[in-house]
Amino acid sequence: MQQELQALREEALQALTDAQSSEALAAWRSTYLGKKGKLSHVLRGMGKLSPEERPIVGRLANEIKTMLEKAYAERAETVRQAELAAHLAADAVDITLPGRRPPLGRLHPSTQVMREIERIFADLGFQVYASREVELDEYNFQLLNIPPHHPAREMQDTFYIERSADENDVLLRTHTSPGQIHAMREFAAMNPDTPPPVRIMLPGMVYRHEQITPRSDIQFQQVEGLAIGHHITMADLKGTIEYFVRRLFGPERRLRFRASYFPFTEPSAEVDMDCLLCGGEGCRLCKGTGWLEIMGCGMVHPTVLRNGGYDPERYTGYAFGMGPARITMLKYGIEDIRYFWQNDLRFLEQF
Amino acid sequence: MRVPLSWLNEFVQVDDIPVEELAERLTLAGLEVEEIEHIGDWWDPERIRVGEVLHVEKHPNADRLVLATVEYGTGEPLTVVTGAPNVRPGMKVAFATVGAIVINGYSEAREKIKLKRAKLRGIRSEGMVLSERELGLSDEHEGILELPDDAPVGMPLRDYLGDTVLEIAILPNIARCMSIWGVAREVSALYKRPLRSPTTDWPREALGDPIEGKVEIVIEDPDKCPRFTASLITNVEVKPSPFWMQRRLILCGMRPINNIVDITNYVMLETGEPLHAFDYDKLVERARRTGRETPRIIMRQAREGETLVTLDDVERRLTPNDILVTDTAGILSIAGIMGGAETEVSAETRNVLLEAASWNFLSIRRSMVSHNIFSEAAKRFSRGVHPSLAEIGNRRAALLMHQLAGGTIAEGMVDNYPAPPPTVVIEMDLDFIARLLGIEFSAEEARDILQRLEFTVEPLDERRLRVTVPDHRMDIEGQADLAEELVRIYGLDRLPSTLLADELPPLRPYREHLLTERTRDLLVGAGLQEIISYALTTPEAEGRLRLDGEVLPDEAYVALLNPSSRERRVMRRTLLVSLVEALQRNIHHHDRVALFEVGFVYHRRDGERLPDEVLRVGIAMTGPVEPPTWLNPTPALADYFAIKGVLDELFTHLHIADRIAFEPAEHSTLQPGRTAAILLDGERIGYVGEMHPLVREANDLPAQRVALAEFDLHPVLAAVPDSYRIRAVPRVPAVIEDIAVIVDETTPAAEVERVIRAAGGDVLANVYLFDVYQGAPLPEGKKSLAYRLTYQADETLTDEAAAAIRQRIVHALADEIGATLRSA
Repeated sequence: MQQELQALREEALQALTDAQSSEALAAWRSTYLGKKGKLSHVLRGMGKLSPEERPIVGRLANEIKTMLEKAYAERAETVRQAELAAHLAADAVDITLPGRRPPLGRLHPSTQVMREIERIFADLGFQVYASREVELDEYNFQLLNIPPHHPAREMQDTFYIERSADENDVLLRTHTSPGQIHAMREFAAMNPDTPPPVRIMLPGMVYRHEQITPRSDIQFQQVEGLAIGHHITMADLKGTIEYFVRRLFGPERRLRFRASYFPFTEPSAEVDMDCLLCGGEGCRLCKGTGWLEIMGCGMVHPTVLRNGGYDPERYTGYAFGMGPARITMLKYGIEDIRYFWQNDLRFLEQF
Repeated sequence: MRVPLSWLNEFVQVDDIPVEELAERLTLAGLEVEEIEHIGDWWDPERIRVGEVLHVEKHPNADRLVLATVEYGTGEPLTVVTGAPNVRPGMKVAFATVGAIVINGYSEAREKIKLKRAKLRGIRSEGMVLSERELGLSDEHEGILELPDDAPVGMPLRDYLGDTVLEIAILPNIARCMSIWGVAREVSALYKRPLRSPTTDWPREALGDPIEGKVEIVIEDPDKCPRFTASLITNVEVKPSPFWMQRRLILCGMRPINNIVDITNYVMLETGEPLHAFDYDKLVERARRTGRETPRIIMRQAREGETLVTLDDVERRLTPNDILVTDTAGILSIAGIMGGAETEVSAETRNVLLEAASWNFLSIRRSMVSHNIFSEAAKRFSRGVHPSLAEIGNRRAALLMHQLAGGTIAEGMVDNYPAPPPTVVIEMDLDFIARLLGIEFSAEEARDILQRLEFTVEPLDERRLRVTVPDHRMDIEGQADLAEELVRIYGLDRLPSTLLADELPPLRPYREHLLTERTRDLLVGAGLQEIISYALTTPEAEGRLRLDGEVLPDEAYVALLNPSSRERRVMRRTLLVSLVEALQRNIHHHDRVALFEVGFVYHRRDGERLPDEVLRVGIAMTGPVEPPTWLNPTPALADYFAIKGVLDELFTHLHIADRIAFEPAEHSTLQPGRTAAILLDGERIGYVGEMHPLVREANDLPAQRVALAEFDLHPVLAAVPDSYRIRAVPRVPAVIEDIAVIVDETTPAAEVERVIRAAGGDVLANVYLFDVYQGAPLPEGKKSLAYRLTYQADETLTDEAAAAIRQRIVHALADEIGATLRSA
């Protein structure tokens, strides 16, 4: 019987070496170590042995079983490794093939830049104030210190709205400034004797009667800021704008404030930034001047303060305004303003 | 305004200031120098010089050519061949020697060429006498440029004739700088340099008989004409004005005519006061026609229907807007705009009546715009010219007519000045200035700056000054204007930069703005590209969106009175028009177009001056729902369900999905049966559907489904909750089971789901429709809807409990909508 066991061991080991797959291994295990396997079969003949032989054969049988179990585990591990390696090899892909892209949309570049502008001013305490686009002449001009036939109206060619009745007193706003009057009056109404301070930004679409060319359009966005309080100075205005420009265009930007004219501010100034393309040397973008005009600003005119319900003896304020399209164009090197509302995906999908 | 520095230098010294620095300083002070033009800076100083023609001979071989011998400072005269008709001995010329660069006067392109030694009809030419065109001074090429007799022979022409011209942008508040003198005032203040004034004193020997009795001036409305001055210059000789005057007029962009007209223009450029010269004898003639010995000049408002032929030979229809200069025989000129042809100065003129007046700038402005005459005079008067300038301009021009035209000035000047404007006096509080600017000016500093600008300043006390505004500063009204003067001259660049220290304003909620941006983000997340469109369109474009093709009249729209093009003449009433325009633009080079816009539409309101501006969201989708890839080359195409899915997702993320419903609807653009109204709390807020195939055709879109949606954003944003309850993450597993129910095919899925949810109660955490089936073995007219239900309770649900819920649902379905279980 001992020979029988030894022979079984040799046979099993040989068969194990021949098992190349996990299926073959499972079959081997069942053949040799299973309940109905060959080892069990041999051991079932133990009853015929003498009492002296039994422990010896029993020990031997256990040794063989343990030994086969161990050999099996080793073999199984080898086969599993080989199979895994084969599987991974077969599963490799050309990793340069394009991926499965989820359809993500995009914001219009004007929205992106407007948000950037709003975020910066929000950090300085400015809140967005919305105001209508179809306006009265009174709000767009007269209350902003631009009476009828004032030369300053030349600066803003206006679309008027057709109405069956009387005067041309309804128009498409030519700037976001009428919102200044709306906002001031709303704030002043809270406490007419001592109106609260104002710190708002007015984003929105404005319209001018122009030709549509690469450099001018009949519709464009503006955003302006308005701050009114007891201690607001032109130095604050300068500081605010420097902070804004350096956050938007980088800390190394140089600025130039030059005296200018707007009917609704006094003093007034234009703000120039050193040219993004040439850094001030003079180039095509800056028309050789080294400077790019980026916004207008000034201290709110006493008449405008008064029209808004704020006493110019007790309050001062500043206002500034800019065109995000111009800023977007400078930032991304866009040369044709008509791209903005054409909605050509070949343009929009680049942002 | 074009400012030649050589002229400016007569009033304030600028020839020692580098021109770039001067330009920068002026620009920062509000006189924006748009261009610096260097005249003659390319003329070779060695090879282009002042020459003198010594003698002129006939060319032996050509009738139309002559030989001119020119001395140009070397003592070795050169002979040149020229065809210039005006060359003569003794003439001073611009002379170029071989090797000089000049402009090719015979070429259209006016390119620069290098002068070569040449033989013309057998005679060697050693150089060239130059025309204005060849020097780039003007287009004149008839003859050669004739220099004044006192031009120094041999001097480089660049030194003699070269100049620098500043082109200054004139904003409405610096109308005073529409003159050389006006710009000089600014330079004087900025550089603390003395200012010289134009000479206006009439010397004894210039004067003749008194003007009394020669002309009468009548002003009907002093508000329209606050001042009118007239002087009489007799025995003038009308001829070309001197070289230097012509030169300056040309540099400033004006055309020389004759000495009398040139003087009026010259004095206007110099002082800013526009003038007009009448032929006095013609005025007398007109007076005699009406039975008078001497002219009577009357300033009055025009009457409807009157006409006048102006200097440019155009007949102008006048309106009561216009102010007129008239005499007893009729109209002489449109005041401040343009003179009439009949009384203008001509070669025969002997006596000149010189007008310098002042006009109401608003009236002039209206006339200028209505007649579309933007003359140099109108440009100045329409921005305001102080009446005090009339006398200065008149005296200056009369003096020049004496000096340059040999005229005698009738002693005295008729000066009708009924309405002198009040002198403006401002009390300036330095503390106010400090509060406005954020920088302290001492009384000394403030006085110094204001005096440099010709303000009169008297101290009231330590911190207050009484400031009297000079006449020419019509832009100064109050303290804020003075603050601008102080900071402008002091230098904006020297103003410190500070950040707001003032108290913060009361916080206002602006959730609408934030939620609008959130909506944009959600739609971007849903795979849509944001667009922003022109709000202006045409009724025809919107009509093409309607199946019935109806074009609403312009009156139904917010329509422009003065559109710049027919394509953009009314404000849109729907965002769909913009979306369709964008589809048309992109569909031919993109398979997948998925767009949204958040924008306004504009609706007129009866009896209201201002329209409603309604904020809407519009969505358009066509083509594959996702970009095709090699993994999935043919994704599903966008249809009703693709766009509805976007809306479902949007409303879910805004936490209002449970208040939104869709109901079958009709819409003029959309396909019946694939159109829904969007309801919020039962109110219609918009529509979603597929574009009707015929509308698609009418809009030249390809035969492929186009899904559209448009809804009002404000009610949606108002419905968005500020907060909501979050359910605890379940501690026990959910029970999931599927049921399939058979209902009539007309029963809306939303109704089935409503019943399931109502019957399921709180424990029914989710209902997911995973299959819709029609056809055998189901009976005709029935459909099967299969749902996966998720039961989620706080404690583990027993099988019995789950079965009870299911039973409840099945009963409710059967009772309320007659549904049967499919699997049963």
